[in-house]
Amino acid sequence: MRAPVLQIDDLTIGFGSTAVVRGVSLDLHAGRVQGLAGESGSGKTVTAMSVLGLLPRTATVTGSIRLGDVDLLGLRRRSLSAVRGRRVAMVFQDPSASLHPQLTIGHQLTDHVRRHLKLDKAGARSRAVELLTRVRVPNPENALGRYPHQFSGGQRQRIAIAIALACDPEVLLADEPTTALDVTVQAGILHLLRDLAIERNLAVLLVTHDLGVMSAIADDVAVMRHGLIVESGTREQIFLEPTHEYTRALLAAMPDSAPAVRAAGADASAPDFPDEEGPS
Amino acid sequence: MSALLTIDDLVVEYPGRVTVRAVDGIELSIMPGEVLALVGESGCGKSSTARAVVGMERPQSGSVRYRGDAVPPLGLRRRPHRFTAMQMVFQDPNSSLNPRKRVGAQINDGIAAATARGAAGSTPGEWIEAVGLDSSLLDRFPHQFSGGQRQRIAIARALAARPDLIVADEPISALDASSQAAVAGLMRRLCLDAGAGMLFISHDLSVVRVIADRTAVMYRGKIVESGRSETIWSDPIHPYTQALLSAIPHPDGRGILPAAPDLEAPAAWSTLMPEALDRS
Repeated sequence: MRAPVLQIDDLTIGFGSTAVVRGVSLDLHAGRVQGLAGESGSGKTVTAMSVLGLLPRTATVTGSIRLGDVDLLGLRRRSLSAVRGRRVAMVFQDPSASLHPQLTIGHQLTDHVRRHLKLDKAGARSRAVELLTRVRVPNPENALGRYPHQFSGGQRQRIAIAIALACDPEVLLADEPTTALDVTVQAGILHLLRDLAIERNLAVLLVTHDLGVMSAIADDVAVMRHGLIVESGTREQIFLEPTHEYTRALLAAMPDSAPAVRAAGADASAPDFPDEEGPS
Repeated sequence: MSALLTIDDLVVEYPGRVTVRAVDGIELSIMPGEVLALVGESGCGKSSTARAVVGMERPQSGSVRYRGDAVPPLGLRRRPHRFTAMQMVFQDPNSSLNPRKRVGAQINDGIAAATARGAAGSTPGEWIEAVGLDSSLLDRFPHQFSGGQRQRIAIARALAARPDLIVADEPISALDASSQAAVAGLMRRLCLDAGAGMLFISHDLSVVRVIADRTAVMYRGKIVESGRSETIWSDPIHPYTQALLSAIPHPDGRGILPAAPDLEAPAAWSTLMPEALDRS
């Protein structure tokens, strides 16, 4: 396998005396989707945020995150903003929160492109139309003059993806990109992400708690719990031959894999997760 | 055996510049000891239905009958005692629990509603243990619990009123994926132990399948398919149900993308097929 595009090595993130990420190492490869699974509070989102330096100032971060030969953790604010959106882009769970409600879609798409790619107005506009066409937003010319609230949730997420792709990033961080969407809309977004990863040779980090989504598009999967990666491997290894007890418990908790839940009277009073509340 | 709840030609409208007909003439009934799931995507009218059932929404036309009597609209006055046998569980336990009241006292309110109706008394400890929590936690406040635990407390409070009908509007979607199936199973078990019926509203078909006896699929204010859950799951005949089911990604590790419907909703989704209703 070729050298990874992004290399997270021994990443530890703490807030005060609490370590929320403890020695995480992950490699992202071009054209592949690396999944990061886990429950809320497992540290998966914080891990993704740290790549772009989006953590609050109170966080203490050690380890290294290498993009090519740059260590992102050592970058100052100004050099980091040359990476953000340009080489590493991010898509969040809630597109209504990541789009500016008072600016037109065209404004948000072209601003970004003009700033990073130094395009003129006409060039930026045609780039914006091309992007919206690619993410299959209907009637792209017309969409440029409209505001986020005039689009449905699924279309807003497509627009957020278009903005993320505007500068041809090498890495795309996607934090629960389909969690807020209806299942039929989710399916469309998953197709789009999968296709984009392949055709643009993107290294994708997909953070999700939804193992169905994970199974659909991730090539490799890492399972996080209490800030540690408890198991990682290819998608087949994780889903078909999980070795860690926690991975097995997570898979068994999916209603799909547990048709016996109902027959067994669904004994939920004793979930199979030892120390549910985590370490204190 | 007569039905616990009968919904007849229910219409719910929201007036405005354009009147929105959220629920467009639906019929449903629930027998004692039966779990009926109402599923559909956002905006299909399932929550409006739930609100109309408990009297939080005044129907435009049609009727909601509980044991043969029309459910009175919920106002500022205390409801007639007999209607406290109908209890609701909401999606967000943060808004349904009182943040300034100890959870034991809140469960006690439910017990008071039961005894006022002449039902047998009980203690908060019994209920909190029934949902899998320890009775030593009764003198804590809601913020001292995790989201999943809070939802269990909200369920305990509803059950403490010894309802014979529970209306649950997305009771598990705010929970971690790993505890969703468990809490859903728990609700079913407790409901059946008490001989109560349940209207379980969800957008997640895979969970519904394991806990509901019957399922009704709602699309744009109408029921498009209904009947035995297992039949609908294994052999859907309405095009919308088929699209909904095939859009669910399965955690099987095979990397199969779920089928994505067209960007524009096909007209076939809105067609009414009499043969798709009341399937056995």
